[in-house]
Amino acid sequence: MLHDLSLDVRAGELLGLLGPSGSGKTTLLRVIAGLDAPDRGRILFGGDDATGLPVQERAVGFVFQHYALFKHMSVADNIAYGLNARRRADRPEKAEIKRRVGDLLDLIRLSGFGDRYPSQLSGGQRQRVALARALAVEPRVLLLDEPFGALDAQVRKDLRRWLREIHDRTGQTTIFVTHDQDEALELSDRVAVLDRGRLEQVGTPDEVQENPSSVTVLKFLGDSIEVEALADGGRVRVRGRETPVRAPDGAIGPVRLYVRPWQLQLVDLDAAHLSGVVRSSYRSQGRQRIEVEEAGGRVLAVEDFDGARYAPGHPVGLRINGGYVFA
Amino acid sequence: MSEIFSPVSVPAAAAPATGEGPGVRALLIGIAVVFLGLFLVLPLFAVFAQAFSRGIDAYLDAFREPDAWSAIRLTLTVAAIAVPFNLVFGIAASWSIAKFEFPGKSLLITLIDLPFSVSPVVSGLIYVLLFGSQGLFGGWLQAHGIQILFALPGIVLATIFVTFPFVARELIPLMQEQGSSEEEAALTLGASGLHAFWTVTLPNIRWGLLYSVLLCNARAMGEFGAVSVVSGHIRGLTNTIPLHVEILYNEYNFVAAFAVASLLAALALVTLVLKSVLEWRYAGDLAGGRAH
Amino acid sequence: MAATSSPAAGPLAPPRPPWRFRRPSVIPGFGLSFGYAMTCLALVVLLPLAGLVAKASGLGLSGIWHVATDPRVASALRISFGISLLAALAASVFGFVVAWVLTRYRFPGRKIVDAAVDLPFALPTAVAGIALASLYAPDGLVGAQLAKLGIQAAYTPLGIFIAMVFIGLPFAVRTVQPLIAEIDREVEEASATLGASRAATLTRVVLPPLIPAVLTGFALAFARGVGEYGSIIFIAGNLPYVSEIAPLLIVIKLSEFDYGGAAAIATIMLGISFLTLLAINLIQAWSRRRFGYV
Repeated sequence: MLHDLSLDVRAGELLGLLGPSGSGKTTLLRVIAGLDAPDRGRILFGGDDATGLPVQERAVGFVFQHYALFKHMSVADNIAYGLNARRRADRPEKAEIKRRVGDLLDLIRLSGFGDRYPSQLSGGQRQRVALARALAVEPRVLLLDEPFGALDAQVRKDLRRWLREIHDRTGQTTIFVTHDQDEALELSDRVAVLDRGRLEQVGTPDEVQENPSSVTVLKFLGDSIEVEALADGGRVRVRGRETPVRAPDGAIGPVRLYVRPWQLQLVDLDAAHLSGVVRSSYRSQGRQRIEVEEAGGRVLAVEDFDGARYAPGHPVGLRINGGYVFA
Repeated sequence: MSEIFSPVSVPAAAAPATGEGPGVRALLIGIAVVFLGLFLVLPLFAVFAQAFSRGIDAYLDAFREPDAWSAIRLTLTVAAIAVPFNLVFGIAASWSIAKFEFPGKSLLITLIDLPFSVSPVVSGLIYVLLFGSQGLFGGWLQAHGIQILFALPGIVLATIFVTFPFVARELIPLMQEQGSSEEEAALTLGASGLHAFWTVTLPNIRWGLLYSVLLCNARAMGEFGAVSVVSGHIRGLTNTIPLHVEILYNEYNFVAAFAVASLLAALALVTLVLKSVLEWRYAGDLAGGRAH
Repeated sequence: MAATSSPAAGPLAPPRPPWRFRRPSVIPGFGLSFGYAMTCLALVVLLPLAGLVAKASGLGLSGIWHVATDPRVASALRISFGISLLAALAASVFGFVVAWVLTRYRFPGRKIVDAAVDLPFALPTAVAGIALASLYAPDGLVGAQLAKLGIQAAYTPLGIFIAMVFIGLPFAVRTVQPLIAEIDREVEEASATLGASRAATLTRVVLPPLIPAVLTGFALAFARGVGEYGSIIFIAGNLPYVSEIAPLLIVIKLSEFDYGGAAAIATIMLGISFLTLLAINLIQAWSRRRFGYV
């Protein structure tokens, strides 16, 4: 279910549609492809109205979440399918089709795999075949539905980098759907965040991370804690102490401040906005993660490399070095 | 420590924790095999034994009779009409039911399955009630000189009725399992609906289709009760193979009866073998992954 | 810069979508396939069955009752329903053993035995009928042995019972078999580690979830037995009041051009078939609620 939304995709860009499951991102992708019909609204391709255009004539390349490869056809036949399906007049010569299939096999680094069948390929290889099949028809826009969803972690990472390379090489306008923040932020030129059928924010990965437009976007992009605060004179204060966070224009009175783990710093109690007792501390991928339990029992996640010197049970103060307030 | 970790020697004949002991196991296997052998396989064996009980010449005599040949011809004709009819119906029904969402689906499936729960005799009776001389359309048909009952059309109709669900009930779950994404992929690649059907859907359901046509055909050629009611038993004209067998048997012409019956038994055997081969080799391409 | 792609301009869902019979889909051919299938269904199945209902309602309840209480009809119905209940019971018991053996144990020839279970499906009923009759006749291979014990099978109700078990067996096996195959061995192992004996594991853990399938198989075998004609009439002897089954009586009524009588018996049989079908559906609905599967 989608609500009113308007999204502009720029030529040649790689746009990530990010949202939790059920947010309508796949529906939006299918509406763009012409696989689902919107009840209202229009789909424009470079100024041409494609709303009434049947899926066959939209010239989209769609990569399905589970690839939807044709099981009974060889890899080469899968890739050639779109070309062979054309009317005789528009169909390239047999030799030309063969050449293009060969080029695409090179592109997806599966030269020599043309005679295999989908069941003989690994998940990552199938994914690449699905991509080649979609690219073969030279689509105006490439649409990928959870392209890495069904793959294990290492293959995912390799394929991500590879997809970015392919995109940079071909300049193909691409929209992909994902529920994985890291994936969207790493891969996209711009990210569109969807939630419950609404478009929450569109921007570069940096923009959406630095200036999330709503609590939903903020929460979806990573861990945060919520702090009762007071807006006063352009600044946000917590427990009477000023923070570096700016208050939204004209805001005066109680506000909610959202703070990321790395915007908290362990300090002495007399300079702190918040306080508690260190409960546990562990290191993960070069980051020091400390869990601090407040007096009320709430556990706050903190990322502070210097925090390791505090042993569990030690009372500490927390300084807020940044955060987000929404009007 | 040593007590806990000392290697435990497993006596070879110990009753496994989650199975039966070898004795019980052998007993159960024995019961099943003997029971099935006596009960299911012996009758099949009996057909061939009786058919050849007076030698090959007596066996072949059964087929020197013109009535036998006309029965074979009629059975082939009926199957040649009924099976393709149900094939086309089954594809249309499963396409509309499996690929689309609409209310009342399960009722529709129940209605398609209905002929399986109707007695064969009743299946014949309903056509007698429609087309018989005292039937609903009987008078009209007689006035226009159209013969349905006791003729080929009646036999074909009754056969179509009893074999109606075969193809649809195999293809509906199969297509539902397969979903629509391959067809959608074909459409995004520019294929027309018909092209997608021929190049994607049909190859995907081909084994299920073959499987159901096999079973449908076996039943169409072997149907007895329903056909018996609508055929009128006119020798050389409206007797199918099973009806011909009945007549021979009732005339105490046992060798000929079993000789002709051996044709149907052979058909059943071939059907069973092909069906099993399909289940073993292409389980994944049949509805519900019919692996036994 | 030329925007190549898609401003999905604006509203994609109105407050109240218009009601449609089917959900819109990009897959083509609904009208054609649905229309064709419905036409076939109506002409081949629904119209003829409606004709039967029309004929029966012409008789009225009292007319049907009158036919049903005719002593010969009543005894035929009793024979058909009574014996097929017993036969379905026997088929369920043996069917369960067969299904268990086929799914749980590996032994040489298992696949052939498994394929043989479907023999009654594949073998035309008339062929099965004459084969059973010749086997169980007093001078037949099995009948002769039984005769030594003083048992006559062919041309008695026992013969009807044998034929009904024969045709009902595949139903009993094939409904239970997939569920036995799906039993999670870890559940049995869990039961064993918790100290349950094998018998306790079977009766308290393994069997209860199989009950709905066994009941379904029983109902299917029963319904098939009641309606069966071809494999029974040769072995039954067809003695009125003793071994005459209801379907045969329909054939006899038809040959006497007593369409009303035939329709009345058919209606009673259909009515009971539908009750059986309903029972199966209720069992499956209960099973879905209770065990989460059919």
